[in-house]
Amino acid sequence: MASFVAAPWPWYVAGPAIGLFVPTLLVVGNRLFGVSSSLRHFCSAILPGRIEYFCYDWRQAGLWNLMFVAGILAGGCLASHWGAVQTVAISEQTKLALAGLGLHDFSGLAPRELFSWSALLSLRGFVSVVVGGFLVGFGTAYAGGCTSGHAISGLADLQLPSLIAVVGFFAGGLIATHFLLPLFL
Amino acid sequence: MSTTPAANQPTNADRRAQPWIALPIYFLLGICFGIVLTKSEVLSWFRIQEMFRFESPRMYEIIASAVAVAAASVALIKRLGLRTVSGDPIAIPPKQLGHGARYAIGGTIFGLGWALTGACPGPLFALVGNGVTVMIAAIASALAGTWLYGFLRPRLPH
Repeated sequence: MASFVAAPWPWYVAGPAIGLFVPTLLVVGNRLFGVSSSLRHFCSAILPGRIEYFCYDWRQAGLWNLMFVAGILAGGCLASHWGAVQTVAISEQTKLALAGLGLHDFSGLAPRELFSWSALLSLRGFVSVVVGGFLVGFGTAYAGGCTSGHAISGLADLQLPSLIAVVGFFAGGLIATHFLLPLFL
Repeated sequence: MSTTPAANQPTNADRRAQPWIALPIYFLLGICFGIVLTKSEVLSWFRIQEMFRFESPRMYEIIASAVAVAAASVALIKRLGLRTVSGDPIAIPPKQLGHGARYAIGGTIFGLGWALTGACPGPLFALVGNGVTVMIAAIASALAGTWLYGFLRPRLPH
């Protein structure tokens, strides 16, 4: 048990565990599993301006989602205390490719050469954190959902819009990985 | 809490006022999800790179089994006509297809960000919890992105 808690979970535990959030949230309160709407609720709560998209009762529509997101942060914190990830066991091929792009530190969950406060002022750190984060926020709002809302909830409910969105997710991801990353890393 | 629906509700907005007492349950479920995101390593930039380079089946196995379990559960809920714990019928609002442009364009823009940051929204929060505190800047930037979308929305194709 202790080693199960400390070690990364195999895919056949991780995947079904993620999938079970969909029925659980539906049964608990008719909520559709999704995370990106929390960004909209944050904007609505903090700076709605007079923008129609942010003018709604965020407490009633989104407080559950903001609580869920606060829980995700706390859950990440808890999990990191029971055996922090030293190195993610990615394939040798990926390591070689990343080394070829100029990354050398493979420890932790994300490369420190890109994701640290000191790297934030370098071009590659700025693009990875700030530009990437901006595109995530803009894109999920435009598409009306992210990996959880479209790829998991939407596909599970066999919705065509979600399938289109997921094809877009992979198109964008492949373009960024194979064409953009080599330009700035 | 008012039960009057606001004029402009998000698509997956609730259809009935929820008791405030339910909020801690969502917090607890969020904790569970944060643990799952961490232990599955799907929040790792390295895993996302490996996925987009097709160098390991792991992420695809995780996503496929997550969708399979979620789809089977949703089918079962519909077949059995299950209700929520408070007795309401369970309903999943269909997404409006329209021209489909918002899904194709928005999805592609998100995909670019997903590969650059190596994280989608859930993992961004879980990473902060895991001590990758620079992701606070990514979340702030994502909020700016969502805000700009709200501002430009009337002029964008949907």
